Amino acid sequence: MRVEIKDIRKYFGPVKANDGINFVLEPGRVYGLLGENGAGKSTLMKILSGFQPADSGEMLFDGKMKHFDFPADALKEGIGMLYQEPLDLPPFKVLENYQLGRGDGVFLNQKEAAAELRSLGKRYEFEIDLDEFIEDLSVGERQQLELIRLLAGGAEVLILDEPTTGISAGQKDLLFDSMRKLAHEEGKTLILVSHKLAEVQELCDHVFVVRSGKIVGQKSIPCPTDELVELMFGQVPERSQRPTFPMGELALEIRDLSIATYRLDMGNLNLSIRKGEIFGLAGLEGSGQDLLVKACTGLLKPEKGKILLDGEDISSHSYHQIQQAGISYIAAGRLEEGLVAGLSLTEHMVMAAQEHSFFIDWEGTEKTTWERIEKYQVVGEPNSLIDQLSGGNQQRFLFAMLNSPLKLILMEQPTRGLDILSVNWIWDQLYKRREEGTAIMFISADLDEIIERSDRVAAFSGGVMSRIVDADKTSVDELGHLIGGQQ
Amino acid sequence: MRAPQWVLRVWPFVPIIGALLFTTLLLVLFGASPLESFGAIIEGAFGTQSKVLSVVAFWIPLFLASTGLLLTFKAGLWNIGIEGQIILGSIGASWVALNLEAPSAVLITLEIMAAMAGGALWALLVGLLKTRGGVHEIFGGLALNNLAILLTLFLISGPWQPPEGGSFRGTPPFQDAALLPRFAESRFSPLSLLLTVVAFTLVAIALRNTFWGLKLKALGRNARSAFLLGVSSEREALFAMMFCGALAGLGGAVRVLSWFDSLRQSISGNIGYLALLVVMLSLFRLFWVPLISFFFSAVLIGSITLQLRTQLHSSLGGILTGVLVLFVLLFGDSKRLGLFSDGGDADVRE
Repeated sequence: MRVEIKDIRKYFGPVKANDGINFVLEPGRVYGLLGENGAGKSTLMKILSGFQPADSGEMLFDGKMKHFDFPADALKEGIGMLYQEPLDLPPFKVLENYQLGRGDGVFLNQKEAAAELRSLGKRYEFEIDLDEFIEDLSVGERQQLELIRLLAGGAEVLILDEPTTGISAGQKDLLFDSMRKLAHEEGKTLILVSHKLAEVQELCDHVFVVRSGKIVGQKSIPCPTDELVELMFGQVPERSQRPTFPMGELALEIRDLSIATYRLDMGNLNLSIRKGEIFGLAGLEGSGQDLLVKACTGLLKPEKGKILLDGEDISSHSYHQIQQAGISYIAAGRLEEGLVAGLSLTEHMVMAAQEHSFFIDWEGTEKTTWERIEKYQVVGEPNSLIDQLSGGNQQRFLFAMLNSPLKLILMEQPTRGLDILSVNWIWDQLYKRREEGTAIMFISADLDEIIERSDRVAAFSGGVMSRIVDADKTSVDELGHLIGGQQ
Repeated sequence: MRAPQWVLRVWPFVPIIGALLFTTLLLVLFGASPLESFGAIIEGAFGTQSKVLSVVAFWIPLFLASTGLLLTFKAGLWNIGIEGQIILGSIGASWVALNLEAPSAVLITLEIMAAMAGGALWALLVGLLKTRGGVHEIFGGLALNNLAILLTLFLISGPWQPPEGGSFRGTPPFQDAALLPRFAESRFSPLSLLLTVVAFTLVAIALRNTFWGLKLKALGRNARSAFLLGVSSEREALFAMMFCGALAGLGGAVRVLSWFDSLRQSISGNIGYLALLVVMLSLFRLFWVPLISFFFSAVLIGSITLQLRTQLHSSLGGILTGVLVLFVLLFGDSKRLGLFSDGGDADVRE
């Protein structure tokens, strides 16, 4: 389907999310929509997929002007969008979830739906167990299911919003293969929304670059990456370097730790981290690195073994006692674990402060909040509700809430979904904390990030921790082997 | 389209007018004169000094219970069990009134303490059932409401029955020293009003200016994040329940010590459920609570005259308040209606 976008505008108060966007998409090609966080990519795609209306502008599909009130309207016209968070129902079984989206009439036709789902799965080489519960699937598998649902719904234009966030390398390859097949063999129009240059280079035929709500340029792929970066940021950003830092004495020591959950048993974990050290944990999602972090936060009680912070065993402390002891934890989900939708930035600052008086000092806290907002370059005001901020700004604010000094910072996916400039900036802030003797342990799905930012790295595979390697002596290849369980 | 300022300003009155129109329509359908009916309600509430005092006397426990609910709603808890907490307050006060002898001031102090303890204990049970037993507070609350009613029936037909024999009607009247001093032969006790104003002020300060209030707010919005930010969810939830229960219990004491003079069969008069409606109608805004609870009292007390004057049942007042709550929940939030959703707030998103 040929898609023509004419002068789309969408303002949120003073923010011009989309400020007159024009482009034309031809069928049979994979397009990239590239831009940093907050550039207006997601807003544009939400308009295209009927999730929200534009303030003004026109959309033409095969020459016909269309207007959507709901995502379902858009799908009827052949526009399907795969959101960052899959729109499925976690307590449902795969087949039930599919039937719900399929709209079967009054009675469900189990056999027909199952056959349909299987044949679609086969066509795109997705392995699907119809009786599995959605909540037991990985993000990648849930994406595949959503994709199938959209295709079965008759999607001719497929929009994928940051689809590689949180999925494994193998799943990414599979996804990209099927995207190519859909475009080049079946003639569909594909749009990849991304801020990752490598992905765009790997998959797309043509790329549009969005900056501050406008299309600032377009390129045919392949093209030199530097040109794309310059379009994205208006300048070529320096990649920030991890300054070498003399490490201090022992900060955290893990001795013979065993952790048991219903899905994974881990035994014999030994690890020590020194003050000022940055320790990266690699591995596919759910390989045990998350359990280790949770044990160090007190959210998960280890079976046996010791966790020593400055020599004191904290393995039986509660989460709140561990917070008091100087460990901070930044979880992967922003608005699920860490921020409270509906509370203002100032209210968050009050909650996060180390000391609390009975009466709140609103004025004083508002002042501190302004200071942090400026220091951490958050786009927002003390009175803004946290859920009014964009994802990238929410992430910055999570870091702005960290107290100092801290003995240890534990992080899951600290820069997920952020553009290069924000990522650099956040790591620069973290590097500064090392001067206070803060040790950092973090989980990331991005191997480049792990190698670039850590002093030492361990990989996890099926609950087993690999040998520990020095970050400057390892490579993505070696880590890949360790993640695969080879020593 | 951004709605003009004046539309937003008068919007809160839209559901009120809607509810009045709906009730008027009902009256017309039943062949009654709307003017006469509403006139009867107004006269029944404000016609004489004693009627006004009745409205105020009925208002006080309702206001107390609603004030308590502000805390539990803030913490995200549906404290349906407030009805039982009022009843337990009544029972606590009655126990002191029937069993102890002391100068009036001491007796009343003890009654109030017993009532607040009774309400808080009943609320604590609901809270523990939730945090320790995994029983949702709505179900735990309903169960304990029924238990409280059964306990009242047992007491008034058994241990506390009048000398002439149990009749399920109530206990014998309390000693005079045990009753709250009342104003001009009415059921209104100025002391209870003073306590209510103090309670409301404390709750208002707690919610606006204390760390505890903020913790409840965070807990109500997202318990998981609140926990990670350092809120011990169980403790705060139990505290919110107990404070609410204590205020409800105080309301129960006012019911037995000034509205009545003894423990009666349906002592709470559904005030707990009414209080839930009051707080929902206020859309959880603090300073609307006294006004709305007063309005409810006036309509309900006024409806008694309505029944005497016309052939209509006094439940018309209940219908009016019920419809009002529904209309407010349906139309009260202009944003949720999607009427003026665009550009209304500066939403900074990607």
